[in-house]
Amino acid sequence: MSTQPYGLIAMYDTPAAAMHAAEQVRDAGYKFWDVISPFPVHGMDRAMGMRRSRVPRISICGGLLGFTTGMSLIWWTGGYNYKLLVGGKPFFSPLFAFPVSYELTILFTAFATIIGMFVLNGLPMHYHPVMKHPTIHRGSDDAFFIVIETRDPRFNAANTRSLLEKTGGKEIAELES
Amino acid sequence: MAHAESTAHAQHSHPILSEVNPVEIPRAVLIENKRDFAWITEKICGIIEGKTPTWWWVLFIAACFVASFTVAGITYLVSTGVGVWGHANPVNWAWDIVNLVFWIGIGHAGTLLSAILCLLRQKWRTSINRAAEAMTIFAVVCAGIFPVFHVGRVWFAWYLFPIPNSNAIWQNFRSPLEWDVFAVSTYGTVSVLFWFVGLVPDLATLRDRFANAGNKLRARLYGFFALGWRGSNRHWSNYEMAYLILAGISTPLVLSVHTIVSFDFAVSLLPGWHTTIFPPYFVAGAIFSGFGMVLTLMLPLRAIYKLEDLITQYHIDCMCKITLATGTMVGYAYGMEFFIAWYGANPYEGFAFINRAFGHYAWAYWIMIACNVVTPQFFWFKAVRQNTALVWILSIFVNVGMWFERFVIIVTSLARDFLPSSWGYYSPSIVEIFTFFGTFGVFSVLFLLFIRFLPIMPMAELKAVSPQADPHAGHDHH
Repeated sequence: MSTQPYGLIAMYDTPAAAMHAAEQVRDAGYKFWDVISPFPVHGMDRAMGMRRSRVPRISICGGLLGFTTGMSLIWWTGGYNYKLLVGGKPFFSPLFAFPVSYELTILFTAFATIIGMFVLNGLPMHYHPVMKHPTIHRGSDDAFFIVIETRDPRFNAANTRSLLEKTGGKEIAELES
Repeated sequence: MAHAESTAHAQHSHPILSEVNPVEIPRAVLIENKRDFAWITEKICGIIEGKTPTWWWVLFIAACFVASFTVAGITYLVSTGVGVWGHANPVNWAWDIVNLVFWIGIGHAGTLLSAILCLLRQKWRTSINRAAEAMTIFAVVCAGIFPVFHVGRVWFAWYLFPIPNSNAIWQNFRSPLEWDVFAVSTYGTVSVLFWFVGLVPDLATLRDRFANAGNKLRARLYGFFALGWRGSNRHWSNYEMAYLILAGISTPLVLSVHTIVSFDFAVSLLPGWHTTIFPPYFVAGAIFSGFGMVLTLMLPLRAIYKLEDLITQYHIDCMCKITLATGTMVGYAYGMEFFIAWYGANPYEGFAFINRAFGHYAWAYWIMIACNVVTPQFFWFKAVRQNTALVWILSIFVNVGMWFERFVIIVTSLARDFLPSSWGYYSPSIVEIFTFFGTFGVFSVLFLLFIRFLPIMPMAELKAVSPQADPHAGHDHH
């Protein structure tokens, strides 16, 4: 199977062309395929039939963990481990613990969001078959690509190629795996 | 009767509606001369790929020289003791805290641009937010120097964090100073993370360009930090969501940071500090000073790199208007402080404010009023906003004024407290002056390195707001 190519790639010049093509690929029932664009194209998620991102679920876990960490840190250090009376104030109160817990909520949310985003995206990954395509550098500049993978159950070298041709794709090429 | 009235009203209102249709008002163009995607890439990457300009080396060497003043000041302080600064009873907080608040405040405009204006869908932010975020990070670096070295024995600065130590004592979390440690360190960390996330797609663009040009070393270097970003839409979807969440949490963060900085003062009992207006007043002042610095930095960059198509007159107008709005809020706060000092009928409070305006430090107070209240009022006039050189000069006044605001708040309140027998007059020592002067060099060195090696504008975001990025534009009626 190692000789099987990774997939087929086609280039489009405008966001509108790429989006219309994506809608047709989606309607043809493909599952393992992707759009490469230099910036997030508005409406492309729907054109690809994608679900809403799951990053927020990870973020909320980070936020809750941060707030709990802040509150328990301040309670454990000042109210349990080493009680020190300062200015007659209570050893622990959620009121004075709030500012630090608030900051830690934000800090942990930020880390959870960013780490979560990269993990969901499978990054860092410095090698990918798509990156071997000779004109892929335009994908981070001014061109748009659609990649359909051979592992897709509907993939068929001839039919998939003709679908990409029909959608207006240019320079259709095979990607080595 | 009622029917006749409503008909008459309708007849009367009809022509007005057809004349003034808000939907018809054209939107300001964010990218002039209909530049295409490739032009944006070429323009921004060209700055990094081109030969290092002579002016860059001149400024860089000058900035290194200025930065050496901070190194000298701090070396002398660490080797001798914190007494080399001009602090003495009753003024034990002075330039160090003034400079901390000054630099932290400058950072706030970067977060405002990247977070708050992102949530408000102000698309004009895109061309300036990268540089403003860089400014935030470098300003926080400069700010951090002062409190860290003010602790005296700097090798114990880690006592600020809850790390187990041989004394087995923990930090006092009842103190706003400890809250400040968490606020500023969180702010610095989140600003770096936010900045890095924004950079990833642009670093991928640079990686692809260097790889295509055959420069393997630089392609690997940029590629390492681009983390293998390849512009996949499945990635963009998570990326945009993460960016939105980061903007959503950075907004309360930026408001909380200067609120907590103001708690350092407001939670004390000192007349002139102990006021409830401090949190909003400090936040408005921070954004005001930050936009002053954004204008100071962006206008020369725009001129040097010929970025007029990306930083248009509309962008300058927007920045001037925010400066005007926040400057006027600060002016209102100055007035309200005086009113409350009188209305509160506390003789110490009343004295503190009269002393500010007419006491030994009156010169500082009136510099502050002139720079912060009077200067931004010029931005009401379109002719002023269109005169780039004048806007730049006014932005310098804003920076100066906001430094003096912190000086006035901190020093005048301490120099004249409850007991006349302990009154004093504070003047900085040469060591403090050196240390503060040098931070402008530290900031400039970092900023010059940034404009040389990193994309100064978010290319992906700029492309996304350009008209041709809209897949529904033109003939398409989808």
